[in-house]
Amino acid sequence: MRFRYSEYVSKILLMDNESSGKNGGTTRRDFLAQMGLTGAGLTIAPLLSQAEKYIPGPEIPLPSMVTTQLSINGKSQTLMLQSNVTLLDALRERLHMTGTKKGCDHGQCGACTVLMNGYRINSCLCLAGTCEGAEIITIEGLSKGEDLHPMQEAFLKHDAFQCGYCTPGQVCSAVGLVSEGHAKTDPEIREAMSGNICRCGAYQNILEAIKEVQKTS
Amino acid sequence: MIPFAFIRTKDKETAIKNGSMKGSKFIAGGTNLVDLMKLDIEKPERLVDINALDLNQIEVLPNGHIRVGALVKNTAFAYHPEIIKRFPVIHEAILSGASAQLRNMASTGGNILQRTRCYYFYDTAFACNKRVPGSGCSAINGYNRNHAILGTSDHCIATHPSDLCVALMAMDTMVLTQGPKGKRSIPISEFHRLPGATPQIENVLQTGELITAIEIPTLSFSNRSCYLKVRDRASYEFALASAAVALQISSGKINQSRIALGGVGTKPWRASEAEKHLTGSEISKEAFRKAADIALTSAKPNQHNAFKIELAKRTLVRALMTASEIA
Repeated sequence: MRFRYSEYVSKILLMDNESSGKNGGTTRRDFLAQMGLTGAGLTIAPLLSQAEKYIPGPEIPLPSMVTTQLSINGKSQTLMLQSNVTLLDALRERLHMTGTKKGCDHGQCGACTVLMNGYRINSCLCLAGTCEGAEIITIEGLSKGEDLHPMQEAFLKHDAFQCGYCTPGQVCSAVGLVSEGHAKTDPEIREAMSGNICRCGAYQNILEAIKEVQKTS
Repeated sequence: MIPFAFIRTKDKETAIKNGSMKGSKFIAGGTNLVDLMKLDIEKPERLVDINALDLNQIEVLPNGHIRVGALVKNTAFAYHPEIIKRFPVIHEAILSGASAQLRNMASTGGNILQRTRCYYFYDTAFACNKRVPGSGCSAINGYNRNHAILGTSDHCIATHPSDLCVALMAMDTMVLTQGPKGKRSIPISEFHRLPGATPQIENVLQTGELITAIEIPTLSFSNRSCYLKVRDRASYEFALASAAVALQISSGKINQSRIALGGVGTKPWRASEAEKHLTGSEISKEAFRKAADIALTSAKPNQHNAFKIELAKRTLVRALMTASEIA
């Protein structure tokens, strides 16, 4: 984690302003010592002089923890996470649900696709904190026990993958496509699946799998 | 991603109060902002989550205008029956942008505020006046194939990325806001700023001012409209050139027209002079070509994007032919 100068200053200032207990027993002096700067008089002098003049204000933003209540595959979860954690990282790293894949991490490849309130989304561009009250379905939540979701069955039947890395995202996206109900023709389905990249090039078979599920649903 | 304070609220006033503090940003869908935060291009100290605000409705007002709440998702906007029926140009523009996943996340307000995809803006190793004011523009003498040819300055030639905004420009949409100083209604033509010497200031929003909705006025001929987008691949790509057009036709002549261009301007580009030229004109490819020449008169290309002048003209001609059903 990087610290910007302003954060560094505000961290020192905040410590000066609070009782030492609130920061886990760390005083400003301790903090500076920990940072190995106590001897560097020239560096600290301007900081200290600013600190002496500091008048407590209400707004010093510091990294905050966020509590979020949401439902994941039908199970209610309360997550307390740092503010910059995405839904994807919360699923994989906190809940150890590694079915949802991290590809580009920038909303371009679709490997991280999950369903939120019935709609497919890129979980990598979704901050977990903004998911309050959401109902998330991941690839792990599509099957009922040993019974695969019809889309998973169709992917198997039509050999709609090779390496499999994009498959959880493809399947979730395809489930969303069918329930959204806007894509009917081959070009429409291809267009509506363009947010999921497959480097093995299984597109034709993915298309066939989706069409089969559309026929039967 | 640099950590930040996070505030979630259901109350508009609380959101605006927090959004007014130094270093604050509102977050809705997050599709653009989170991406930029991962790259340390956006570095907010505080995010104000507005997703719980009551701004998620599409209303048809008594005068027929359509008011779309700032939090309405792009998908819901595109597929609203009134939009499909009365504003095909908006329906088509939205669906030509991004992917299904992104359209399910992205909000109406966020689409209007989305930032350029100039690769020098995205790459923090390069100088960029938009990202670091005064650092210079790497695109002007760099690789600028995707860059703007209209509304550029010596400080910035970044293209405005939105498809929706191009359609909204053609439809004279109003942007409704609420901020610390009260409510405003801003014509979308005055909402985005030209880069000039301050490309980092992209719109007229003031500190803490929140987009609450947009309002699309009734237009008698908006059902005769379309959006045509030309790009390097068939889907999931930004425009090299695009055109939003609407035509009012009677007795084989054009009474009124609306023309806006995308992919070529530093902001969504309205072609008013071209519209004037078409008034009273015959419906013909030649007349449309003349209008397109007028629309691109002030185009100023750089080393790699001169092709966009001809591309934009042909895109516009084709869109006008489609709308007048002679294509």
